[in-house]
Amino acid sequence: MKDKKRYDLVSPGQAFRRGLSNAFGIPVLVLSGSFIGFGALVRESGLTLWLGIFSTATGWALPGQIAIVELFSVGASLFVMASVVALTNVRLLPMTVALMPKLRVEGARRWPLYLAAHWVAVTGWAEMMTHGDKIARPFRLPYFFGYSMTLWGSTLCSTALGFLAADTLPPVVTLGLVFLNPIYFMLVFAADLRDRMKVYALALGAVLGPALHLLTPDWGLLLAGLAGGSLAFVLGRKGKAGQGR
Amino acid sequence: MNDPVVVSALIALTLGALVTYFWRFLGVLLSGRIDAGSPIFQWVGAVSYALLAALIARMIVLPLGPPLDATPLSYRLTATVLALAIFFASRRNLLMGVLGGAGGLILLRLLEPFW
Repeated sequence: MKDKKRYDLVSPGQAFRRGLSNAFGIPVLVLSGSFIGFGALVRESGLTLWLGIFSTATGWALPGQIAIVELFSVGASLFVMASVVALTNVRLLPMTVALMPKLRVEGARRWPLYLAAHWVAVTGWAEMMTHGDKIARPFRLPYFFGYSMTLWGSTLCSTALGFLAADTLPPVVTLGLVFLNPIYFMLVFAADLRDRMKVYALALGAVLGPALHLLTPDWGLLLAGLAGGSLAFVLGRKGKAGQGR
Repeated sequence: MNDPVVVSALIALTLGALVTYFWRFLGVLLSGRIDAGSPIFQWVGAVSYALLAALIARMIVLPLGPPLDATPLSYRLTATVLALAIFFASRRNLLMGVLGGAGGLILLRLLEPFW
């Protein structure tokens, strides 16, 4: 299954439908696997099916959802839960800032961007960052909505499926499902290494992430992102200057 | 399941969703105030990629919850290398790479009694 997706879009309706269909395949497969794992976790934590679905519909960022469910089941305070989720999901801030210039149209209303922001998460974000430029600007937002709706719908279903199947899934299958997510994200980023600054950022982040997590579990991720990203920014610009561009 | 638990879980999940959306909201708000061609945007992009790589590496190397935290690090690293090897050997076929990684971990676990 090579990347044969097409991006020749001519109308908002067609862009929305193409987004819907382009997400089918590996993105749906992998995210469904991950959310089956989440559904099973919801069940094991003693929550209800509807709470799990509610979390996927409103949270829409798996690491934060997992953190909340785990913290709730050990009886953490609301303050602790809010701080942990804030630190786990702070990546969404720079991701959204980086994505918006690709989606926005000069002179258009801004509220659709605030709506679209709810679906900013790794898979849809990576799709737009990698392929967004191939789409004519007015059709990027409808494409993103379509792409996200397929992912959203299928993960809502798979959260329910994971909840219902929690007792019947062999542990080794759950293990594979949970491992799908980090491996998929890693390969999505390994597939697009043309930009030197991005390569530096990914490499530095991957090294600093676990290292700083050991030093300070609460702040490690944020520090790794800021330090690795800033160093990559400096190195990337230096490299460009060195090439005389 | 009694109602107070459902209500307090609903409050916790809603709080989590609000905190999560707050970052996205702030992202849209700030993006409108920064010139899209400025170096700040490049920096923000670099920080995004570093944050994501940090998160992915943390999930693989230091998983926080079950069932991954119950597997040896050597299994997870072997499966990760396998996924990358298959991915590049198959000319960047995502499906092959992903299945190779998850399948590799499952195999290592299943073959455990035999070594």
